[in-house]
Amino acid sequence: MSDESIRGMTATEALERIGTGDLSAREFASAFDGLRDELNAFLWAREEVPAPDDGTLSGIPVAVKDIFCTQGVPTTAGSKILEGYIPPYTATAVSRLEAAGAATLAKTNMDEFAMGSSNENSAYGDVLNPWDHERVPGGSSGGSTAAVAGGLAPVAIGTDTGGSIRQPASLCGIVGLKPTYGAISRYGMIAFASSLDQCGPLTRSVADAALLLRELEGRDPRDSTSTGIPGGVELPSDGDLSGLRFGVATDFSHEAEGVEPDVAQLFQATLSLIEAAGGELVEVELPNAEHGLSAYYVIAPAEASANLARFDGVRYGLRVDGDGDSHQQTLGEMYERTRSQGFGAEVKRRIMLGTYALSSGYYDAYYGQAQRVRTKIADDFAGAFGKCDFVVTPTSPTVAFERGARTQDPFAMYLSDYFTVPMSLAGIPAISIPAGLGAASGLPVGFQVAGPAFSESGLLQAAHALESAIGFEGRPSG
Amino acid sequence: MGAVIDRDQVLHVAKLARLELSDDEVEQMAKELSGILEHVDRISELDLEGVEPTSHVVELENVLRADEPRPSLDRDEALANAPDPFDGAFRVPSPGSS
Repeated sequence: MSDESIRGMTATEALERIGTGDLSAREFASAFDGLRDELNAFLWAREEVPAPDDGTLSGIPVAVKDIFCTQGVPTTAGSKILEGYIPPYTATAVSRLEAAGAATLAKTNMDEFAMGSSNENSAYGDVLNPWDHERVPGGSSGGSTAAVAGGLAPVAIGTDTGGSIRQPASLCGIVGLKPTYGAISRYGMIAFASSLDQCGPLTRSVADAALLLRELEGRDPRDSTSTGIPGGVELPSDGDLSGLRFGVATDFSHEAEGVEPDVAQLFQATLSLIEAAGGELVEVELPNAEHGLSAYYVIAPAEASANLARFDGVRYGLRVDGDGDSHQQTLGEMYERTRSQGFGAEVKRRIMLGTYALSSGYYDAYYGQAQRVRTKIADDFAGAFGKCDFVVTPTSPTVAFERGARTQDPFAMYLSDYFTVPMSLAGIPAISIPAGLGAASGLPVGFQVAGPAFSESGLLQAAHALESAIGFEGRPSG
Repeated sequence: MGAVIDRDQVLHVAKLARLELSDDEVEQMAKELSGILEHVDRISELDLEGVEPTSHVVELENVLRADEPRPSLDRDEALANAPDPFDGAFRVPSPGSS
């Protein structure tokens, strides 16, 4: 079997073949050794994938977003302020995959501290979209996504705070799952917005997402907000959508302003496929979802401004001393120089925004109000799930945009998260699966399915059935 | 709630956030933050009187673990990434008088 055909397999297919003796775990893993990374997806890669350990993921190489600490392996979170940082411990998500026999293949490029929707905010250069190198892969898990879509890794993990797994999955034509908040430990995952951050898989099939989630989820004594998924994760089996009700929000759908025709068309086509596969479409209302972005861009920067206070040039990472005798400067000057030179523009912008929103006199008007909007959005979903099993929306309002197209206007970039942010605020699981290629653009379009908290097994089962009905086989030619 | 953030406010917030901004960055930041706040301000018009704020989505109460001693990071490991380790500690410039 050629390395190229091996790399064409999903992890599920590879494990089946390994099970029948048709392929060895070693052969599968080594097909990903030393590949040329034209996409700038990797910030660090293992020279040779080690001999596979036993376990349910034995022989499966995993690309790991560089936001996860890995003992002895550089971890930068895409930031210059952590250049050269070698963590003394490994994130629980990574240890769990390794304990199941998977091998960390590479650390992947990302928007600095997971802040961005295009991977243009990395201190280590843009990641290219494998479908069109002039376009962005989405973000912030752009490196993990591009690696899987471009065949550099069979599976990857990323993090999603407001859409950072689902939006790039949509733009690169792969599957991305943001689990329920708390399903996976955040220990060792460099914090951006702690009440929203969640790890999740980026894969080429829904079955692969389930395969990784089954190992990733679980309560961790090192993260007191982790709960695991009660009942665990069942791998999806073949079936249709009979008996399942899919909620389409009349006030939060493909008809929203800014949704491209390619996205709207494929959204509607997918709704027809749901009905053809036996699913029922029901109208629901999410009247507060449209305010999700505003609430998110208060809450996430506010939490980030506190979390990023730890980067001060004292314990790890960059330190910038003043001119001349370093002992002539004050501690405060050192903090300011280090942070000003270590953080990129978007990170500074969000620290400023968050600090402003939390500052005296503004706290309740911004942060308090945003938290009340958060309650309303969670209530909207709870109401919708009284009438349906899942809520569906487009994942991203647009297909992959050109590099540089949105870098001058921060809010235009933030609009990428329009459909993904409400689920993050409500803490519920949501998956993006490829709906097809846009008729006008020829680029991938994603379809988002969201379920109630801890409904992952059912959500994956439905997404698997829908994936079969869609039958998307597209791969980038580049 | 005024959506426009001016130069002086930018400088005040930068001081709180321990960021040193160049003159150009101050200008740019005032413009960009005002633009973002203009969108964000829409939520100020919503009537949410009496709605409980959500700070955390999962209902958890007093997550405790057994209070048993266990090994922690040893000193050399903890200092391995320090920019200026000295005599088994993190060395920093003087806080100064200002």
